[in-house]
Amino acid sequence: MKFTINGHTHHAEPDVRTSVLDLLREHLGLTGSKKGCDHGQCGACTVLINGRRVNSCLTLAVMHQEDDIVTIEGLGSVDELHPMQAAFLAHDGFQCGYCTPGQICSAVGMLDEARKGWPSHVSADLQAVALTGSEISERMSGNICRCSAYPHIVEAIAEVARESE
Amino acid sequence: MKAFVYERAESPEAAVAHTAPTTRFIAGGTNLLDLMKLQVETPETLVDISRLDLADIEDTDEGGLRIGALVPNSDLAADPRVRLRYEVLSRALLAGASGQLRNKATTGGNLLQRTRCYYFYDTASPCNKRVPRTGCSAIGGFNRILAVLGTSEHCIATHPGDMPVAMRALDAVVMTLRPDGRSRRISIHELYRLPGNTPHVETVLEPGELITHVELPPLPAGVRQLYRKVRDRASYAFALVSVAGVLTMEDGRITTAALAFGGLGPMPWRDSAVEAALMGQRPSPAVFEAAADALLRHAKGQGSNDFKIPLIRRTLIACLHELTGDTQ
Repeated sequence: MKFTINGHTHHAEPDVRTSVLDLLREHLGLTGSKKGCDHGQCGACTVLINGRRVNSCLTLAVMHQEDDIVTIEGLGSVDELHPMQAAFLAHDGFQCGYCTPGQICSAVGMLDEARKGWPSHVSADLQAVALTGSEISERMSGNICRCSAYPHIVEAIAEVARESE
Repeated sequence: MKAFVYERAESPEAAVAHTAPTTRFIAGGTNLLDLMKLQVETPETLVDISRLDLADIEDTDEGGLRIGALVPNSDLAADPRVRLRYEVLSRALLAGASGQLRNKATTGGNLLQRTRCYYFYDTASPCNKRVPRTGCSAIGGFNRILAVLGTSEHCIATHPGDMPVAMRALDAVVMTLRPDGRSRRISIHELYRLPGNTPHVETVLEPGELITHVELPPLPAGVRQLYRKVRDRASYAFALVSVAGVLTMEDGRITTAALAFGGLGPMPWRDSAVEAALMGQRPSPAVFEAAADALLRHAKGQGSNDFKIPLIRRTLIACLHELTGDTQ
């Protein structure tokens, strides 16, 4: 099977039971995406598939052979950080760091959704959405941080949202 | 996860040729794979329908919408026509799951979501829904999140969905393709089955039958809509109770009312007696209490879910105040 990950073509022959997360971590050595609950509840495994954020633990690799998968390793590098990575550093948006790759991938996908004008559960008006702190919290509720770095995570995301306006 | 054969369907017709009861269609997979990891679901064949051309939302000639079964929850919630014309549906979708899950979960799959009853998930416990005729561990067990309406002595599971609750209030029609190649239209009111003594049979769909679309009829001008969900935390939790309301008023009287409920029963719940208590009435606390009495006339708590009965009474009344503009 052939997979496109972070712009590169990879060949692997995973069992059909293999999730995208296990493909990344166990077959391709891309261990940036983390396994937390393995049931779509914690968000640590979040990656971007065709630009949309998804739980990589809850989808099969075999179903994504034609798709464009981007992980934390593809967003930026140590020398050239993605703006969201830089903002998490600047705002200290983590403690232990385990949830961070998922938080960052999710935040990148979320800002794209907000740019498209997608409303959320807390949007008073479904037609006009402003990305307030409570909007960011609601939209990021699929990413759990057991160190509870949430205030700094929200600040980091808000800064990137402001700068990309 | 148990081993299975993976096949990708090239057309809806090829998909419905798979009629073995041990076959499952997979689209978003967010519920099915979760259950397969726990071996609650152990299909022998998975038929991947995710690449079929069923992901469009189209206007119907009648002024409604036809939603492809593969439209993701997030796209449906954000569709400009849904936001403008079917706010209750956008609201229900946005109240469910997380951003990541809504990006994957599909319209057809969400209709067929399985219960989150703890014992259904726990393969060490008897469960009539998971393994027929083994018993129900929830009756007399931990049942805080389970049903107070429509239950049987064999099962007290709740349907976990939000979207299907809104679709019941909207009188949606589920369109399917059957193994014999014919399509059929099933009112959402006819789609689900009560548990009775066969709680493992949840819908009227036949083996191999594939949901292709969901059709929403048009709503009258000036309709008022809301979806209210009460849950243990502010986001990303299943409903303890929820209400989808669609209502029209004329000259201070309620002229039409469609109310559907989540978290109460084995299916998205709707009861014409609730609506009969409201029709033609001027909004008042007494009228709203009568509607709640009608909803709860057969309600039966199981101990730790008794609180749902007063909770849904208060939630329904609050929703009716909001829908009728009567803030008392």
